[in-house]
Amino acid sequence: MKELKILAVVVFFSLAVYILVEPIAHGVMHKTIDKQGFAYKDLPDVNKKGDATRGKDLVMGAGACTGCHSIEVAGIAPTMDALTASSSYGVVPPDLSIAGAIYDERFLHALIKNPAKALDVEHKFTPDSGKMHPMSSFGGAGGDIDQEIADMVAYLKSIAPDSASVTPTQAFENACGRCHEVRYTNWTQMGEKPKFKKERDSLIYDANVLDYQDNLKKYMGKLPPDLSMKYGARGEQFMSTFVENPQGLLHGTSMPRVGLNAESAEKTLQYLHDSYEPQAMREERDRTGLWVMGFLLILASVAYLWKREVWKDLH
Amino acid sequence: MANFAKANSVEEWLDQRLAIRTIRRVMSTEYWIPKNVNFLWAMGMILMVTFKLLLVSGIFLLMYYQPNVDTAFDSVNYTIMQDVAYGWLWRHVHAVGASVVFLIIYIHMFTGIYYGSYKKGRELIWISGMILFITFSGLAFSGYMLPWGQMSYWAGMVITNLFSAGSLELHGIVEWVRGDYVPGQAFLDRFFMQHVLLLPLGVLGAIGLHFAALRLPHVNNQDGEEINFEEEAAKYKAGKKKESKVMAFGNDFLSKDIFVLSVFLIFFFYLVFWHYGFALDPVNLDPADGLKTPAHIYPEWYFLWSYEILRPFPKDPGLIAFAFSQVILLLLPFLDRSPNVAPANRRGPFAIWFWVFLVDMIVLTAMGKLPPEGIFNTIGLVAAIVFILLWVALPFITKLEKRL
Ligand code: HEC
Ligand code: HEC
Ligand code: HEM
Repeated sequence: MKELKILAVVVFFSLAVYILVEPIAHGVMHKTIDKQGFAYKDLPDVNKKGDATRGKDLVMGAGACTGCHSIEVAGIAPTMDALTASSSYGVVPPDLSIAGAIYDERFLHALIKNPAKALDVEHKFTPDSGKMHPMSSFGGAGGDIDQEIADMVAYLKSIAPDSASVTPTQAFENACGRCHEVRYTNWTQMGEKPKFKKERDSLIYDANVLDYQDNLKKYMGKLPPDLSMKYGARGEQFMSTFVENPQGLLHGTSMPRVGLNAESAEKTLQYLHDSYEPQAMREERDRTGLWVMGFLLILASVAYLWKREVWKDLH
Repeated sequence: MANFAKANSVEEWLDQRLAIRTIRRVMSTEYWIPKNVNFLWAMGMILMVTFKLLLVSGIFLLMYYQPNVDTAFDSVNYTIMQDVAYGWLWRHVHAVGASVVFLIIYIHMFTGIYYGSYKKGRELIWISGMILFITFSGLAFSGYMLPWGQMSYWAGMVITNLFSAGSLELHGIVEWVRGDYVPGQAFLDRFFMQHVLLLPLGVLGAIGLHFAALRLPHVNNQDGEEINFEEEAAKYKAGKKKESKVMAFGNDFLSKDIFVLSVFLIFFFYLVFWHYGFALDPVNLDPADGLKTPAHIYPEWYFLWSYEILRPFPKDPGLIAFAFSQVILLLLPFLDRSPNVAPANRRGPFAIWFWVFLVDMIVLTAMGKLPPEGIFNTIGLVAAIVFILLWVALPFITKLEKRL
């Protein structure tokens, strides 16, 4: 039929435009890197079985972890408040209660040995720069250093919850929350902003966040962006590969590779997906869409029958 | 004072006061449409409906949008998208509508060009159509500024820069247009005003003109046949509906319009619910930042062809080519020197002209988005030159055309 041929021509040219300006042009403009499954193959594999009890002594003692980090589940409070910590280290050293569940084991090992290397920010801490990574490297406690580190990692894993029970919010707060705010979920770098009764208290909180951000800016060279909309702005592929390998996509960036395992990375991204378009909204969209489609299909059928009826008299 | 008899029905009551029966006759039951038209003649109606969808969704958006550089981004991306019940639906309808309206406008325009529907009395239809196109372009551009994202800011910067007119360096005009040295509060406010008041009014006026211009010449048909509307209408009214070459707009053509429209709406709402990404550019989901130029700045897809006519040339020739591309289509009825009103495929060399022009526009569109490097730059330059040559050649090609 002639009308269908015309329709085919219209559809052909419209699709050509679409394919050229959307998938093809975006493919050329935005370079992508392959997902590596959060395996961190560049870091050495350590085949040592750790002993959690010895690890506990090291974490609290020679390893000095608790000099900077809190471990709430073990009853160890932060040594200083968040603002003071940020002025000393640039950021609040994250609480280690769930570190064993969310970070990759190989990565944790490498981190304790040489943070700048594991975090992939060595370019910022070259000998010439005169700067040192705020987390000190563990130099060993007199024995086999790899065994000692394995013990500490074993300890962190022993106190951490089962990785399946970590929530997206916990994963995000621990891995990204010290650097990034997420306005749409009310998250600031100093934690979720509480509801204050007095305006004054609210302003003081905001002022503290501003001070924290100043310290963070000094440490990172720039203020890490708000992540509320980033999932939508960058897309899943970018977000996932960026968390796994920031240098691969933004060469020279000061954002560290945080070393999440695959499961926790997915949860972190889920948190950011929800801040961009909450799950409930996505469901509502599908539901509403089906109703509207149903209505339109009925409309189209009725319209078709009506047209046939009217046109009977014309031809 | 006229003498009003007692009315026996609401319709009669209204008819006495508003002459609604006359209006219905003139606008619908005795508004004649040739029978030999295809679904492409429903595009005007689809445009009308899409414009209404834009208007209604826009009114809802306007209840929550805040034209302030500090709050605009969040009022759109948080308040409307997440806080307000079904705010996302209105936003998607508006964004998808703005993009799809241009797709349909282009189909409508190419239909007009293909069937020669812009000459022999139909010149004003075409010109008012182009006025609509230009007003819609302004509407789309000003609307794009409102979410105050990275692309709003930087596209606003780049496009307003054009007002400096290249080497003439008329920076004063640029500042006057922006209301500031760089896009800021004054800039956002004035584009807001244009988007929600001035240009919608302009569109409404231009639609009125467009429809008025259609009235006397009637619409064209797919054979370019010259129809004696009076004679054919008389046949129709005498009950010889089958023999008549025309049909009434209501309900004959309307019944088809509504069917085509409902198929279009299925496509439209499919995009609204499940495929809206193309209408909400990801770069614009980053808030405006005057200190951070995005890696790629490009306009929405429907402006890409004219952007690509600007881009591959050096500054001044580029601007001249751009200005040329903006006005030349308006002159189509006068550049086509052939007396034939017929489908392009029956018009010899004009057939080639038409298809080359269509493909050239698509090539320009694609190159306008791709980064201007290497081979893309060359293809873009060639396509831009082809565009100009096509229009220069048009009067000569059509002059030589044989009378059908
Ligand atoms: C001198 C203070 C200091 C000491 C000692 C220290 N850390 Fe840290 N740690 C930090 C700081 C600061 C950061 C945050 C670095 C950043 O965000 O750039 C950090 C980050 C971490 C992270 C998160 C890394 C990531 O992937 O984001 C873990 C896990 C961690 N430390 C474990 C440990 C363990 C285990 C020890 C003991 C062996 C330890 N830290 C000792 C200061 C310290
Ligand atoms: C130690 C601080 C720090 C931590 C922890 C951190 N980031 Fe970042 N992030 C940054 C900085 C700094 C930038 C800015 C990078 C730039 O522009 O070079 C950034 C940028 C980003 C960007 C934007 C990249 C772009 O294309 O503009 C995303 C997305 C992001 N981070 C996600 C995350 C996620 C997800 C996490 C947790 C898994 C995280 N970040 C943890 C410091 C951090
Ligand atoms: C939103 C904007 C527009 C609306 C609402 C609109 C509406 C209409 C309608 C209802 C018709 C009659 C039915 C049909 O042939 O489709 C029509 C015809 C026409 N329009 Fe438009 N139009 C718009 C934009 C344009 C543009 C941008 C152009 C081109 C410059 C254009 C050129 C024409 C021509 C040439 C005709 C006559 C077709 C014929 O005689 O066969 N219109 N328009």
